[in-house]
Amino acid sequence: MPHISLRNLDVCYGRHHGLREVTVDIPDGRLTAIIGPSGCGKTTLLKSLNRLIDLNDEVKVGGDVLIDGQNIYDPKADVLALRKKVGFLSQKPYPLPMSIYDNIAYGPRIHRMSQWQILQQIEQLRQSPHLEQLSPQIERATTRTKRSDATDLLVECYLQMAGLWQEVKDRLHDPAAGLSVGQQQRLALARALAVEPEVILADEPTSALDPTSAQLIEQQFEFLKEQYTIVVVTHILRQARRIADYVLFLYLGELVEHGPAEQLFSAPADPRTRAYVLGDIS
Amino acid sequence: MRVRRLEEAIFKGLMRASLGLVLTVLVAIIAVVVARGASSLSLSMILQTPKGGYYLGKEGGVANAIVGSVYLALGGSFLAILLSLPTALILQKEYTGRRLATITRLSLDALWGTPSIVYGAFGFVIMRYLGLSASLLGGILALSLVMLPIMARAMEEAVKMVPLQLKEISYAMGATRLETTLSVVLRQALPGIVTAVLLAFGRGIGDAASILFTAGYTDNIPRSLLDPAASLPLAVFFQLGTPFPEVQRRAYASALILLVIVLVASLAARLVSRRFARHIIR
Repeated sequence: MPHISLRNLDVCYGRHHGLREVTVDIPDGRLTAIIGPSGCGKTTLLKSLNRLIDLNDEVKVGGDVLIDGQNIYDPKADVLALRKKVGFLSQKPYPLPMSIYDNIAYGPRIHRMSQWQILQQIEQLRQSPHLEQLSPQIERATTRTKRSDATDLLVECYLQMAGLWQEVKDRLHDPAAGLSVGQQQRLALARALAVEPEVILADEPTSALDPTSAQLIEQQFEFLKEQYTIVVVTHILRQARRIADYVLFLYLGELVEHGPAEQLFSAPADPRTRAYVLGDIS
Repeated sequence: MRVRRLEEAIFKGLMRASLGLVLTVLVAIIAVVVARGASSLSLSMILQTPKGGYYLGKEGGVANAIVGSVYLALGGSFLAILLSLPTALILQKEYTGRRLATITRLSLDALWGTPSIVYGAFGFVIMRYLGLSASLLGGILALSLVMLPIMARAMEEAVKMVPLQLKEISYAMGATRLETTLSVVLRQALPGIVTAVLLAFGRGIGDAASILFTAGYTDNIPRSLLDPAASLPLAVFFQLGTPFPEVQRRAYASALILLVIVLVASLAARLVSRRFARHIIR
């Protein structure tokens, strides 16, 4: 599993200082929550981990972000490979303007996955303990399976992983825009998983969802964190308490405190963290 | 309280009045054209080229102008799409800096406002330089120049309306700018792009000044790109210019045919774009 470390990460938007001198190691194979009040740099920190921040105007990044020992801000770094390794879930789930099926197949297509790679991936997924009710064709998938059939199986696997398969299996070729917001977020999760990331970044992934859908997403994270490193931005303190193993507390662009969740919530060291955790500031 | 309610009523009334005026003008134009032209509209008017005694309003029709106009507008649209679509796409901020984009928009706006006789004169100069005489090809070139700014600017607006968050999803999966543009931006902007083509087509098929010197006028249906071509707007112009009431009525009939062509093209384009619009993310 990849190791993410930030060294003196500094982000400026024009003259506005978004993040100052953030240095932290994000624990592997755990769920890390980034908490803090609005506008404190949570999303900036998250988007600097897959260089999505590059899309902003006039953004300047200083310091290093090391993923598996490689600085992703190195001019020679391969941004496309980085983004394949690091999946992303946005705040408002946006389906791509295509069918449910194509939404999942988009990643494998753009990364030009070969028939062999697809089958390899299915083989791996088959061993995952959380995919119990896969259809029998998946068991029989071999190198002689047609490519289009293999992609079908792949789509099914990921929809199952995101807990969406049962709801959409009869309308895979309908527009994804027709799904409910909660379903769209699970589709976004399945779509992100389909490029085989090792890290999942999620920017307030439940804030647009109803409580039931939000709970579903949280449950998916609960089992996904065994195989992935997950970083979730949230402004819901109770959510952080429920799901986080490790917590970063940001305040006005500064990383005030970070540590294991129990410790940070029960015995915060910094007075600002204490005030935030107790609900005195928000 | 009564003052505010009065205010509300007055402004609602004013807005309704404007709307009413706009609709009245539209209906009036159609009514005049139909009232004056319908009596001369016959099958021979649509299907035949002008025959002897035509200018006295005896026989034949304007098939030469109908076919010529359709050729000119389709050819012009085709050339304009070839230039407008890439222009609209390259003006996305991932590709083009803000300054160059602003300059391009300003130039397109200026070209949009340029009288079409100027394009006609410009096209004529180019044609003389190339040794061409008035021909279908010359008309198509001049007309594509008239259409270009309208189409490019309207397409660019449609492309600009694609939410950044939607593109972010694609980039976050490791897609390149080209893949994102072709699979996400183009699909999402498609209805707007169709509208842009339609807008330019409508303007182009109705334009007389730009093709006056470049396409010329003839009683025959053009058989090659180098033959001169007749057109409906010029047919209307010439027929209205005669002192004979019968011929003038034929001008209104020609105008009616032009209106119907534009209407049919709009309806067809709407139907086509609705078919593609089902994947659009709102």
